[in-house]
Amino acid sequence: MAGYILRRLLQAIPVLLGTTFLIYFMVFAMPGDPVVALFGDKTPPPQVLEAVRERYNLDKPFIVQYLLFLGGIFRGDFGISFSGEPVSDILARTFPVTLQLAAIATVFLAVGGILIGLISGLRKGGIFDASALVVSLILISLPIFVVAFTAQYIFGVQLGWFRTTVGSGAPIQDLILPAMVLATGSFAQIVRLTRASVIETDGQDFVRTAASKGLSRRRIVPVHILRNSLIPVVTYIAVDFGVLMVGATVTEGIFNVPGVGRTLYQAIIRGEGPTVVSFVTVMVLIYLIVNLLVDLLYAVLDPRIRYVK
Amino acid sequence: MKIKRIGVAAIALAAAGALTLTGCTSGSPSSSGAAGDSSAIITTNGSEPQNPLIPTNTNEVGGGKILDAIFAGLVYYDAKGAVHNDVAESIESDDAQNYTIKIKPDLKFTNGDPVNAESFVKAWNYGAALDNAQLSSYFFGDIEGFSLDENRPELSGLKVVDDLTFTVALVQPESDFPLSLGYSAFYPLPESAWEDLDAFGENPVGNGPYMLDGEGAWKHNEEISLVTNPDYDGPRKAQNGGLDIIFYASQDASYADLQGGNVDVVDQIPEAALASYADEFPDRSVNQAAAIFQSFTIPARLPHFSGEEGQLRRAAISMAINREEITDVIFEGTRTPAHDFTSPVIDGYSEDVPGSEVLEFNPEKAKELWAQADAIAPWSGTFQIAYNADGGHQGWVDAVSNQLKNNLGIDASGNPYPTFAEARTEITNRTIQTAFRSGWQADYPALFNFLGPLYGTGAGSNDGDYSNPEVDALLKEGRAETDIDAANEKFQQVQEILFKDLPAVPLWYSNVNGAWNDTVDNVEFGWNSVPLYYQITKAAE
Amino acid sequence: MSSNTRSTQQHYVAPVEETPLVAIDAVKAEGKPSNLWRDAWADVRRRPMFWISAAIILLVVVVALFPGLFTQVPPNNDCQLSNSNAGPAPGHPLGFTKQGCDIYSRIIHGTSTSLSVGLIVTVLVAVLGILFGAFAGFYGGWVDSVLSRLGDIFFSIPYILAAVVVMSVLSKYASIWTIALAIGIFAWPATARVLRAEILRVKNSDFVMAATALGVSRFRILLRHVLPNSIAPVIVITTISLASAIVAEATLSFLGVGLPSSIMSWGNDISQAQRDLRTAPQTLILPSIALSVTVLSFIMLGEVIRDALDPKARARR
Repeated sequence: MAGYILRRLLQAIPVLLGTTFLIYFMVFAMPGDPVVALFGDKTPPPQVLEAVRERYNLDKPFIVQYLLFLGGIFRGDFGISFSGEPVSDILARTFPVTLQLAAIATVFLAVGGILIGLISGLRKGGIFDASALVVSLILISLPIFVVAFTAQYIFGVQLGWFRTTVGSGAPIQDLILPAMVLATGSFAQIVRLTRASVIETDGQDFVRTAASKGLSRRRIVPVHILRNSLIPVVTYIAVDFGVLMVGATVTEGIFNVPGVGRTLYQAIIRGEGPTVVSFVTVMVLIYLIVNLLVDLLYAVLDPRIRYVK
Repeated sequence: MKIKRIGVAAIALAAAGALTLTGCTSGSPSSSGAAGDSSAIITTNGSEPQNPLIPTNTNEVGGGKILDAIFAGLVYYDAKGAVHNDVAESIESDDAQNYTIKIKPDLKFTNGDPVNAESFVKAWNYGAALDNAQLSSYFFGDIEGFSLDENRPELSGLKVVDDLTFTVALVQPESDFPLSLGYSAFYPLPESAWEDLDAFGENPVGNGPYMLDGEGAWKHNEEISLVTNPDYDGPRKAQNGGLDIIFYASQDASYADLQGGNVDVVDQIPEAALASYADEFPDRSVNQAAAIFQSFTIPARLPHFSGEEGQLRRAAISMAINREEITDVIFEGTRTPAHDFTSPVIDGYSEDVPGSEVLEFNPEKAKELWAQADAIAPWSGTFQIAYNADGGHQGWVDAVSNQLKNNLGIDASGNPYPTFAEARTEITNRTIQTAFRSGWQADYPALFNFLGPLYGTGAGSNDGDYSNPEVDALLKEGRAETDIDAANEKFQQVQEILFKDLPAVPLWYSNVNGAWNDTVDNVEFGWNSVPLYYQITKAAE
Repeated sequence: MSSNTRSTQQHYVAPVEETPLVAIDAVKAEGKPSNLWRDAWADVRRRPMFWISAAIILLVVVVALFPGLFTQVPPNNDCQLSNSNAGPAPGHPLGFTKQGCDIYSRIIHGTSTSLSVGLIVTVLVAVLGILFGAFAGFYGGWVDSVLSRLGDIFFSIPYILAAVVVMSVLSKYASIWTIALAIGIFAWPATARVLRAEILRVKNSDFVMAATALGVSRFRILLRHVLPNSIAPVIVITTISLASAIVAEATLSFLGVGLPSSIMSWGNDISQAQRDLRTAPQTLILPSIALSVTVLSFIMLGEVIRDALDPKARARR
């Protein structure tokens, strides 16, 4: 087991290099000169443009820029953003906020989605199953910005149950509404996946065996069916956690959450290569760790899966 | 979410006071006219500054709003755009080329450093020097000694006479130079700034009506907390206790917070609420023309758009656009149809410059002119207007395209660029092969500022490469006039020519749209669309 | 699958002595040679759900291919601002958009764009996801390491952000192909991971050991035994990803990197109408209904096929 974990951690190195290179290259390849954009609708003299480019190392060839950045990372220096703030400070400021947001959303997803999916699967074809399908379908066919604006207007402005946007310091109670909105995006997937998996497990021999042994349904469902249905669901939730960590661009913008998605989006639009890559580096690390934990969890959920040959 | 980049607004906007601040407020109505609580903090919307808070390196709204609150320049602009002395005792010149500037005595920065001639001269020299790569360096381009070809640490046109007096020599006469001195690039810097300018940009020290609420008052991407500067005793003395500027990623978020009572004043209204905000905030909203001019530019190099054929086609396009209908329907009346190339809030503006008929909707005449142009050379292809898709321009571009299609019988469409950077790069490099969205927000309230930088031959923002020797001569003459009315007359003559040539097709003036909760009183918006925060009052909770 | 006529050992044909429920399973083993896909078809065609969803999908496809059959109103010409957000009028059964264009016509003409984006993404995601997931899960070891880490690289870049970048880079060539590529190229690792997980579970099953013991080749085991028994969650995810792709197109429009407005699509219209959510909700709701119905049909179809492909679920009926 320890060997397996060590191997996985070593594999993180090429993944990190690959990802940072890919994203750095993509940002670099984006058409448009970020320095020109700094001047708004005014056209600066070319000499000034050149001087500003030089200050941010943007006058160097791509590979030099990338290596300069990479060198910095190994020294623990993530560079400076256009606004003069060290990127490491930005990371330290935004990741905790988004981590909380993603965690709350994941709790909603895991508890709500699995529960509803389980009931749907056990009562396949019933009224509950049909309603769950319709509701999750409506949620999935509405773009997230529509869900977010509507939720903000109804629960924030009209009913006043939640603060309309996230206040200073991003207190947890302000994050609940955006987290719920965020969860709707993957809710249907979790429900459908759980349902499908439960139906499949329900038909397995060991369930029939358990039933024929006289075990009550109350015991069979959590112990035999649910546990054995969770593998694809847990995988998806873990994968989705990574998405939530960084993919909350739209939701974070609408609820003004000072988190990763919004900051990263702005950095991409502004062409701030080093900021973008620093974020992606941290994201990749989180993602790899989550995936490793999930792979280890498989072994817990299903003893037949083993990583030690 | 939309990155807020409202055309011009991404540019410099500055001048005007600031203040406001926090507090979650719901309820607590204040009777109108009641004396405000002088310690109440006013909350307002803003955006994360894109650069360190150094006056010569800040050219966008987010940072500009903060700088205007914490610095006092030689002059300031009132709500109407009129110029008054702030730090300056006097600004004098006999020839509009050599100015003598005297500073009021005994003024201090909030750290105790004196405000003197050196504070200005050093800051300006720093801002102008090429090696410092300051984003607003071109504001010093008219001062003698400015160079884009070599680094010059000092401008030869700036001389310190005594502690409170310095002189400025310009390369040519410019009667509107004193008008521009309220722009943030011309703010002074304290002696302490030079020890570590990077640190200063994070915790700036100014001489204005407000100051940062201690170290770390700038919480990046969240908010900046300002408190009243007790030592400021100038014309913009704050009537409240401070200002919390909350950084919003989108206009929708700031408006939702206004509705939710989490913010006192906002100076922007999202598209989704344009139709309803005046009803939702009765007597507590504004919708008035501002110093922002919107147009689309048709570069002179495009085929079919030069010479006589070009003039005909440009006029036809302009007359085929129903500006009233678009401003009413698409913008819900929050834009004012354009009647010239400047803005109604500028001194010297006139609706009736000869030739401005070309901006009136006249589909028959438009068709006729287009047919005449076709007789010179037949039209083919699609007329496209390029715009940046991250700025909320699609609605009006589609509407204009549809009108051109319907009224001229030609194919027309928008040509979106995903990012502002890409659109601007193509425009700057002259690689763009279509018409493109253009806009201008004045740096200081003067007609020249809307014309010279945009239509003078080789001027900085003349992105369509328009060139007309007559226009150049008139601009130069107008600038040298020491009498403002005589100057404006020359500038209106420039506009007469522009109406014939239409280097850009004027569309409308952006209005300032804002609203506030009943927690605050005395809200007034400045000429540059920013509330005059210093005069807002708020009752005690 | 037509060449595939030989009898196949399905996994429920386990060695008799190890199977207490032999009586149940034995029924099939005595029948004529069975074929997973033929059996599935026999099962599927008995279900009304299949015919309903198939009929709707067929209709949507016909609309996409021949929009001219359904409306004569040009979708993008003759838009008059005087009709802005107006209600139904003669010849315009659903009313008008903010720009004064005919909503019905735009929905009809937007069908092919949205459907194509959805299908291309789905195919891209399914093909890449199944290839990577199946090989990684089944072969394990260094194959798994390489393929999974490659998936990690793509997946740790959030797909909306990646799509923003890809669409910016390819903005000159913006079309349904580029937008589908932008959405799909970073979305497949989710499918791959889910399939890999499922295969990890299935490959330890008794029937796989049985097949191995019988000397069936590894690749054949993967193809004929492991994959069919692991594919159910993939089908669920894939049909939903068709829906997500159509919606993602709208989100990209919202972020300003979607298709140009000259290309009609439901997503484009939804993101434009979002600004009038409170004043003219019909402009948002109508294209959303078109999207929902289409998406619903595909999800239903996915469910039916999933059930049909699951031999145990079938055996139970």
